[in-house]
Parts: sequence; structure tokens; C-alpha cells
Amino acid sequence: MKLDAKIPQGPVSEKWNSYKSSVPLVNPANKRNLEIIVVGTGLAGSSAASTLAELGYKVKAFCFQDSPRRAHSIAAQGGINAAKNYQNDGDSVHRLFYDTIKGGDFRAREGNVHRLAEVSVNIIDQCVAAGVPFAREYGGTLSNRSFGGTQVQRTFYAAGQTGQQLLLGAYSGLERQVGLGNVKMYSRHEMIELVIIDGKARGIIARNLVTGKLERHFGHAVLLCTGGYGNVFYLSTNAMGSNVTAAWKAHRQGAYFGNPCFTQIHPTCIPVSGHYQSKLTLMSESLRNDGRIWVPKKQGDDRHPNDIPEEERDYYLERRYPAFGNLVPRDIASRAAKERCDAGYGVGSSKMAVYLDFRYNMVNKYGRAEASKRGIENPSEDILVALGKEVVKEQYGNLFDMYKQITDEDPYEAPMRIYPAVHYTMGGLWVDYELQTTVPGLYALGEANFSDHGANRLGASALMQGLADGYFVIPYTIGNYLSKEIHTKPITTDHEAFVAAEKIANDRIQQLMNINGKRSAESYHRELGLIMWDKCGMARNEAGLKQAISEIRALREDFYKNVRVPGKVEEFNPELDKAGRVADFLELGELMCIDALDRNESCGGHFREEYQTEEGEAMRDDDKYAYVSAWEYKGSDWQLHKEELNYENIKVQQRSYK
Amino acid sequence: MNHDMNITLKVWRQENTNASGRFEEHKVVANPDMSFLEMFDVLNEQLIETGKEPIAFDHDCREGICGMCSMVINGRPHGPKRGVTTCQLHMRSFKDGDTITVEPWRANAFPVIKDLSVNRGAFDRIISAGGFVSVNTGNAVDANAILIPKEVADEAFEAATCIGCGACVSACKNASAMLFVGAKVTQLAKLPQGQPERETRVVAMVNQMDAEGFGACTNTGACSAECPKQIPLSVIANLNKEYYRAKMNGK
Repeated sequence: MKLDAKIPQGPVSEKWNSYKSSVPLVNPANKRNLEIIVVGTGLAGSSAASTLAELGYKVKAFCFQDSPRRAHSIAAQGGINAAKNYQNDGDSVHRLFYDTIKGGDFRAREGNVHRLAEVSVNIIDQCVAAGVPFAREYGGTLSNRSFGGTQVQRTFYAAGQTGQQLLLGAYSGLERQVGLGNVKMYSRHEMIELVIIDGKARGIIARNLVTGKLERHFGHAVLLCTGGYGNVFYLSTNAMGSNVTAAWKAHRQGAYFGNPCFTQIHPTCIPVSGHYQSKLTLMSESLRNDGRIWVPKKQGDDRHPNDIPEEERDYYLERRYPAFGNLVPRDIASRAAKERCDAGYGVGSSKMAVYLDFRYNMVNKYGRAEASKRGIENPSEDILVALGKEVVKEQYGNLFDMYKQITDEDPYEAPMRIYPAVHYTMGGLWVDYELQTTVPGLYALGEANFSDHGANRLGASALMQGLADGYFVIPYTIGNYLSKEIHTKPITTDHEAFVAAEKIANDRIQQLMNINGKRSAESYHRELGLIMWDKCGMARNEAGLKQAISEIRALREDFYKNVRVPGKVEEFNPELDKAGRVADFLELGELMCIDALDRNESCGGHFREEYQTEEGEAMRDDDKYAYVSAWEYKGSDWQLHKEELNYENIKVQQRSYK
Repeated sequence: MNHDMNITLKVWRQENTNASGRFEEHKVVANPDMSFLEMFDVLNEQLIETGKEPIAFDHDCREGICGMCSMVINGRPHGPKRGVTTCQLHMRSFKDGDTITVEPWRANAFPVIKDLSVNRGAFDRIISAGGFVSVNTGNAVDANAILIPKEVADEAFEAATCIGCGACVSACKNASAMLFVGAKVTQLAKLPQGQPERETRVVAMVNQMDAEGFGACTNTGACSAECPKQIPLSVIANLNKEYYRAKMNGK
């Protein structure tokens, strides 16, 4: 099958407008007869489900959590970007577009990204209208801050809980539609198979996680808003339940998987503390506004950080990247931390950490500003610290509290210790401009698709993309498909395709239950995570990837011989849920390594050790690899399809943040 | 620092909603830097390896924001520390040799699903009754067109930080949900965007709260004391105020 991204013709700044003006519409009477299934209720899913219901479609929404409000978008901390230019600092739609393409290391589509930048401004308006309490200035206007990879202040935020506030806004809109009877909500339900009839997505098989029973659900179209697959690494900043299962089942049924190896390793997370560790906690990128990152200049320096004098500290990001300093993009900051630790300059008991230090700005930026505001002449260092601390507390208080809670150390007194951790996956189901996968009628939104961030996502852009897809893109693009479906009557779930799909799902469950081995699914998950982190993590090479592939295959084989799933099928059985998800990660992990092996270049989060400049920067190969990798599932193997990327508006260049 | 801790757990086991439950005793070796839920992971791993049924409990983000985790630990929702969820409680809050009792949320409106998991669908239905601003996508004006004083935005934000975990209900001897409802009502009543539906909202939410079987406020403040996000008790006063205001106006 030839990949067609369906990018509209015309200048990039007019593509979306002209698309919207010419896309076929569905009249209100017909909308009432069309049913849409939305899987996942994070920012993308909640906003899509509520908006489509407002338009008149009949919507069924599914989430595996006990409430749609708990989807992992809730944990996003720092903020959401929008090209509002409220700060009058030179921002524009074009600049957000440019920053995102450049930040993605020239591996994203121009057409999609420009649309994202355009609708970014509508998102903020919509969220404010829905009652999202963003941070404000004393004059009552909205407040902004900076994020990595940009030189303007375009990030809107609500303390360190922006994702929570945005999701609760989208969730309240969703619950409103539930109350009006336009959305039927199925919580504690997991999609475990896709139903395809005559080549079109027509429904799902879901498992009711409370009763364990399988259910058949019909829809004229199916939207997967199921988030990313970072949990393939076991340790990540994702929630424990975040999984690839719905997307993976769709992939096995014909939806191509785009750029699976593009993983974002976030530079500022709390380091691993022990073998029992179940997840890693992010410290928001917004902290890099005021925190300076450093390691001692001397290897193995065991002094307390406060005892190490200024001239013996290496502020390596400021040294290597003077133009962006501590606010370089995530992939660059992460690799630089790994480089210092690998070279023996790491700190803390594990020596796999660097310092994130607030003292300088606490004193010099905030302390001095407050002192001058209050007319204190020649303030002492202690007074400056005390004054600065108050401001830092207001900006980042909840993050500092969280750090203290987890590490038992007070970040107001000593620098935080941080290390990179898996955070986000730029890869996902391949979609065209309309967010449709290679299966007609099956769409992927938000982190679940591969579309807008190229090889590296900039901070505060995930929330933007999730809400853009759900509030402002899918409500238009789905019309192009559904306008041709107005004569399709709802298909009975007794249809043979539903029966067959349910049998596949049921057989898989029985297979897992019948193994009756010795090891928990969790133990396999941990082992897979270690293979992925060591060989397909921040740095990759050919030999390691090949080894990883054979290790994953062996582990998968062992899993199907030795895993033990306790309990029964038809009951609340979290171990069975987990075993099904781990089984899918065991397949995905292999594909990620295959993809990383195919891409003989370094770009964004994908760093192949063989391809770097003398200074250790990623070296792209635009002649050979300026394409999206779209993998087709072939049973025991995959076939690669390539979507060429064409840049007409932005000059492709080596990324520089120096 | 990394010394082992021998912990005895008395855990509530209940097969399903209709079964009668019982306490079961387990031994587990923990580490002070483990989170409380990681200690449960270790225990479940042992149970699975020895062919026993693991303990079902709800959890997801493990960073204190999703509101999914929900254990009553030694009689207190989310355990002994103030202002944290169960997932952010660490074993360093306990001593070697401790016996810890762990139960699910206890409230008629939150039926037990299995072991330590409960059904909190009632909270969703309360939000569905009125906890929103009725604005369809596409209707918004420019975000800076409506100015909101910083203090007002901050007050609304403070109320909006509720994670919907249900600890307030579990802490209350009447299983009252007024802290939860008061938080949402306060957030939207403070903001200009919430004004058009201010009165219908509070009445609809309170009616749904009553229909779900939550009790009346005891005025003892256990809800706020146990709230992991430290939602202030003043939101309940505000809920009462908003409710009377709406009733006075015939809503």
C-alpha cells in the first residue's frame, strides 16, 4: 500500500484554512445516527469525545482507570505552549511552527506542525472559557514562562499542575456530555481487539475489568487516544497502567506503526534509588528556567554540593550551549548529563546523577528583585535567600515538596539530584493529515499517533497536541470519512467479524491463564525494561540493538512458557490485565530495536553512537533518512514503508543551540 | 540508611462486592526508601511466586496526582503523613517491627470491588450533574478578554487541586462528600466563567450528592485534615453559602 499523508495543497499557512473550507460536512440529523468509539480519556480522548458529542454524534468513551479524570495527562506538570505573543517578545504562529520543526530535528511534517501552531491559540481560549485556573499576573492577565528549545515565553501554566487543570477542564466537558446522554462512559474497560468489517474499523472488543467479561461495541469510526508506550522501558515517568495494548492490537490488524524508536528521555527526573523501584518521577522542565545544572569539575568529588566552590563547578550546559544554556531541548540536555556521568563526574551514591541548583537565581534573580521592591539596601546573603525562597516556593512549591517527599532531602537547602528518564514517545500509530491510520475509519490522536514532534518533542507541546487533536482537528477531519458513511446502518455485534475478534481475544486470555508457570508478569516487564534501557535508550549502536532483538525474542519465548497469571478470568484481576499488556510490550520492544537499527543516523532522541560529530552532537543524514518509518505488521516480521518528508518553508540545517 | 524493615501487614481481603471480607496477615521485608505501594508490589510478587492470590489495590500515576490510590492505613486515609497520597507515603514513616493495618475506603457510596479497590463512580456522577461550565468547543473569546484578579485565580486554583481520591469521604464518620463537592463549586463560583450557571450548578450537584448516599457534614474537619491536597474546610462553608444563595433565589 502506498502511504498518502493527504497534505492539502497550497502555502503552508493556508493549508488548514482551505482544508476546513472544503471538507465535506455531515448534517445534524445524520450526525445523530453516527456512532463513534473513543478509547482513552486523557486530553486527546476527553476533548475529542466531548466535542464530537457537542456536534451531535453518538459517542462511547472507554478508559481502563476507575474514572476518566485519572488518565495520565493529569500528571503533566510544566505547561502548555501557545503562540499568543501576550509577552510581546516576538512570538508568532510561524515561530512556534519553526521551533517545533527544529526541536524535532527535522523529522516532522510541515503541514501538521503548522496546523498545530495555528490552533494553539484557540486551545488557551477554550480552556479558559471552561474554567481552567491558569496562573495570572496582578493585572488579571495570563502569565507565561519559558521552556526548552525556545527563546520566547509562550508557556501557559497552573503552578506545577498544568496537566491536571487542563484534564479536569476537558473531563468536566466530557462529564457534561455524559449527563446530557450524548456520551456513554465505560470506565474500567480495556480495549483488547479491533473489529474490522470490509476493510473498515467498525468496533472494538473491550474487557470489563471489574467482571472480566468481554464486550462487543460497534462504532462507525474508532478513535485511539491511548497515549504513549514509554512503559516498554518498565521504569518511566508514565503511570503504572499506561500501555500500548489498544494501539498494538490495531497495529496487528493493519495500522502501520510510525517511528517506533523515537523515544524522549527527559533530562530532569529523580534518580533510581533501588531495585524495587516501580516508576520514576519527573521534575518539570519549568525548573530549568531557574535551576542551573552542574557537576563537580573533579571526578568522584564526594563533598557536599554546598561545600564545592563556584570555580570548581562545571555548568556544562552553559559551557557547551551558551545561546540556550540550561534551556536546550530535552534530548540534548539528557545526553549531556549521560556524557558527564559516563565520564565519571556524576554525583550522589549511584554517581548517576547531576545537580539542579536553584541557589544562584534564588539569590540573584528573585532575592535581589524582592529586596529592591521592598527597598532593602545592601541586603545580606541570608536575607536574599529568604526573600528568593518565597518566590521560588510560589512558582514551584509542589515540585519541591514532591522531591522532598520522595528523596527525604530539602531542595531549598541543597541542589536537587536529577538524571534522565523515559518520558514520552514521539513514535506511535502512523496517521495522515486527517489523523486517520492506514485502517480506514481508525484514527489516532495525541501521544498515540506519531505525527507532530519529529524525533524530539519540545516541552509543553504534548498538552498542546493532545488538545489540538481532540478539540480542533478531529471534529473537522472525521467529517470527511463520516460524510460517506451516512447510509451505513449500525452493524449488529452478532456479525461474524465481532464473533471472530472476540474469539481471538478470548483465546489469547486463555493462553495466558493456561501457562501456569512460576514468574510474575511484572518480573518479565522489569527484565524487558532493562534490555530496552541499556540497548535502545539514550544511546544505541548496531551491535547492542542486534543483541537486544535476540534477547527480547528469548524473553518472549520464556514468557509464554513460564509466566504465572493467578486468579480467574471472569473477575477483577489486575494481574491478568498486566500480563496482557506485558505480552504486547514484548512485541513492541523488538520493533523499536528494528526501527533503531534501520535508521543509520542520529536525530533528536534517537542517538546512534556510530553517527555523531566530533563534539558529540547528533549527526543526521538527510539524504538517506529524511523519511517517516511506517512499519507494517507481517505476523512474524515487519515491512518498512517510507513517507518522504519535504521541507518547503523551513531550511533544513544542522540543529544548533550554541 | 538502607536497613531492612520487618513489617507485619493486616490487610483487608474481600473477593468481590457481595462477599464478606476479613483481615489477613502477611509478613514483608521493606526498605525505608520504598514507597508504601512498592512494599505492596514486593508482597504481591511473593504471593504470586508462592502460588497465592495477590492483593488487589488501585494505583496508577504513583506521583500523587491521579487520585487512584486509596488505602486506609492504621485507620487513616492515605496513612499517617499529612498532605500526601498513599503512593507518596514512604516506608521511612514506619519503624522496623511495625504492624500496619490496611483497609479500603469505607463508605456506602463507595462499594468495595475487591480487596482494597472501591468503586468511586459516584464522584463522576456528581460532576456530571453540574461540575462544569457549559461552553461548547469553538465558543471561546480571547483568553485575556476576561481579566481575573490574581487572588481570585489563586483561590479558584487552590480549590481546583482536588484529585477526587475520596479520602475526605473515607475520613468522615458520616461519609460526607462535602469537601469534594465544595471544592468544585468553589472553583467555578469564584471564576467569572462559572457565573451563568452558579446557582443551578450547586443545587444539581448537592442533589446528586444526596442521591448517591453520602452523609451530611459533621463539622469536625477530618476531611480537610486527611485531604492529600489540603483542600481547606472553607470550601464547605462556601458550598453552604452558595447553596443557600441559590435556594433563596428559588433555584
